[in-house]
Amino acid sequence: MNKKYVLIYKGFERFWHWMQALLIFFLAFTGFEVHGVYSFFGFEEAVEYHNIAAYLFLALTVFAIFWHLTTGEYKQYIPTFKNIKAYLDFYLFGIFRNAPHPTQKTLISKLNPLQRLTYFSLKIVLIPALVVSGLLYMFYRYPTRYGIESININSLEAVALIHTMFAIAIVAFVIGHIYLTTTGTTLTSNIRAMLTGYEELEDESNEESNPNKEREEKHE
Amino acid sequence: MRKIFLLLGFGSIVLLIAVGVLKNNDIEKPLLLQLKEKYRKKPIRKKVDHTKFEALNKDFKEPREVTEECEKCHNLTADELMKSNHYNWERAEYMRGRGVVYIGKKNAINNYCIASHGNEKSCAKCHVGLGLDKNGNIFTDPTNIDCMVCHDNTDTYMKAQEKGGEPVKTLDFKKISQNVGRPTRNNCGVCHFFGGGGNNVKHGDLEMAQFEPTRDVDVHMGVDGVNLQCVDCHKTEQHNIHGKLYSISSMNKERISCEQCHTNQPHKKDILNEHTLKVSCQACHIPIYAKVNSTKLYWDWSTAGKLKNGEPYVEEDENGNHKYMSIKGSFVWGKNLKPDYIWFNGTASHYLAGDKIENSSIPLVLNTLYGSYNDEDSKIIPVKIHTAKQPYDPVNKILIIPKLYDPNKGAGAFWKDFDWIKASEIGMKESNQPFSGKVDFIETKMYWPVNHMVSPKENSVKCIECHTRNDSRIANLRDFYIPGRDYSKIIDRGGLVLIILVILAVMGHGGGRIAAFYLRTRNIRSK
Repeated sequence: MNKKYVLIYKGFERFWHWMQALLIFFLAFTGFEVHGVYSFFGFEEAVEYHNIAAYLFLALTVFAIFWHLTTGEYKQYIPTFKNIKAYLDFYLFGIFRNAPHPTQKTLISKLNPLQRLTYFSLKIVLIPALVVSGLLYMFYRYPTRYGIESININSLEAVALIHTMFAIAIVAFVIGHIYLTTTGTTLTSNIRAMLTGYEELEDESNEESNPNKEREEKHE
Repeated sequence: MRKIFLLLGFGSIVLLIAVGVLKNNDIEKPLLLQLKEKYRKKPIRKKVDHTKFEALNKDFKEPREVTEECEKCHNLTADELMKSNHYNWERAEYMRGRGVVYIGKKNAINNYCIASHGNEKSCAKCHVGLGLDKNGNIFTDPTNIDCMVCHDNTDTYMKAQEKGGEPVKTLDFKKISQNVGRPTRNNCGVCHFFGGGGNNVKHGDLEMAQFEPTRDVDVHMGVDGVNLQCVDCHKTEQHNIHGKLYSISSMNKERISCEQCHTNQPHKKDILNEHTLKVSCQACHIPIYAKVNSTKLYWDWSTAGKLKNGEPYVEEDENGNHKYMSIKGSFVWGKNLKPDYIWFNGTASHYLAGDKIENSSIPLVLNTLYGSYNDEDSKIIPVKIHTAKQPYDPVNKILIIPKLYDPNKGAGAFWKDFDWIKASEIGMKESNQPFSGKVDFIETKMYWPVNHMVSPKENSVKCIECHTRNDSRIANLRDFYIPGRDYSKIIDRGGLVLIILVILAVMGHGGGRIAAFYLRTRNIRSK
């Protein structure tokens, strides 16, 4: 079969992914120190770094949302139940028999149905919950401080517990996510694609750019 | 190119946000500098030179003669003074569940020397009057006001022992009267540093080291710093000095606050300023108290009265503090103490003479300070908790006010005759209360807000000292959530289980793939 290297993850996408990865690691590390699990930076410093990282994460998220909306790439994450059974079957059984992936990765459909579902819930539930509870964590005192009684939040408890809960969930996600990078065509093909942007895909008849041009871009 | 622009744009916004977040707002420095400049200008220029007055240029025999001369010019001041707490030893206070009561040294009970009733001759050494009548009542004659005890600037004025408030007769009243002025730390300290019968006994944060303290002991009074006098903060209107002591006060008014100079947003870091909603300044800025000399933490009256060869005696601990006194009982002292912390909204209620003790098996709190997390007027404040075992009448279920002091043996005073029954009988009779003839001892507690001995900011309480799971300073305040200290066991344990399950799933799945891979390759090879 005809295979060729295709730019599957664009520059911004990779930058966004790795920045996000870095920030999530840092936020988790400082966050669980604030939570009192261990001591590394010191409580005061951990809080300070956690807050700075949170602002950076917010800025990054704003750019990512803008990018996804303007490029139409958000469509990649719209969940579908088509082939979902085939993929469950693949990850639970087929993968041990060296069976091929049920569908081919293409530029317009980079994600399989399980990935779509996972990343969709990540973007719609997990991250918004963390961001919103995180913002409330930082600013819940402001209504009291400025005498706005109607939106007064009296206790940090609910906010903090929700923030903790989703933080633990995202750690669980990251562990699973890292492992599942090894389930591509080869053990490292997925992670290499996320680093270089290029992955060896089936040649598509409607592919417009030629590989040489893509290579040039890569060297840019 | 587009990519570069996008990156540049993103980078610059990130930079702007980072700068905004990291930037320190310079609120504190100018204000602190202003305050330092304002209060360093010393000494305050006097408006009047009293040495020039002919009326004061005479050899006074009696302190009352001095007062008379004072009041000839300051002819409306006596009225102010005779309405003041310092003169009346009581003031009207509203108390929850009781309404308005008159309370003060006159009728309050504490768990140090218990009460002034019947012991006025001795206690009135700290009264701004020159004497008491034979029933211990305060004179209403304006010449009984003791102007000099507060306004003497020669540091020589001294009250006599057990004379109901009279000064030592050998003082140079002429020199003192010619050198009167604004009260200094010496004027206030001579009473307030020695409350409870000795240096630093009562408060723990007010003691003789503060006559001339260093900045490390008290950043405000430090002679190597701004060298503030008591009245710089304790503002006074018509001889009514602001500042509340909650061993006798009950209302949230006329209090002194740090905010009156420092504002409620004094920090560079906003996250610290947010704390001021719920945390008092003192809670973080007084990391330890009783920094120089020890303060009393425990007073056990029940052991008092032991004699050696028929004589009372005194035992000292290794630091030279009284461990045992026949007249007072046993003590525990403490130095360099971490305060306890409570919620406080500025209101309190008090045990007053004659109140029935509902439950004698739990410690009786003599001054209940109100407050909670959900009360918007409440803040966390540091306190010294003083515990005692003091006499009570187990039949009538009331605290006993014993007769402690009398100049003569045989009059029934405990400090001379060491007989609880007799001392209680006379003491209760003199304070018009019933006495069953039985004396028992009950554990009591008093809360003393710690407001002085503010440390330089470098020594403030660190975040981690409260925000920690181990030995948090506020470990006993459980009615709210703070990060670092609190967590949900269900969420934390559930989370741990989830993560372990994910790891197990990864290991199982991955292990399965490795095993399948080897089986496959072996099969291929064997074929």
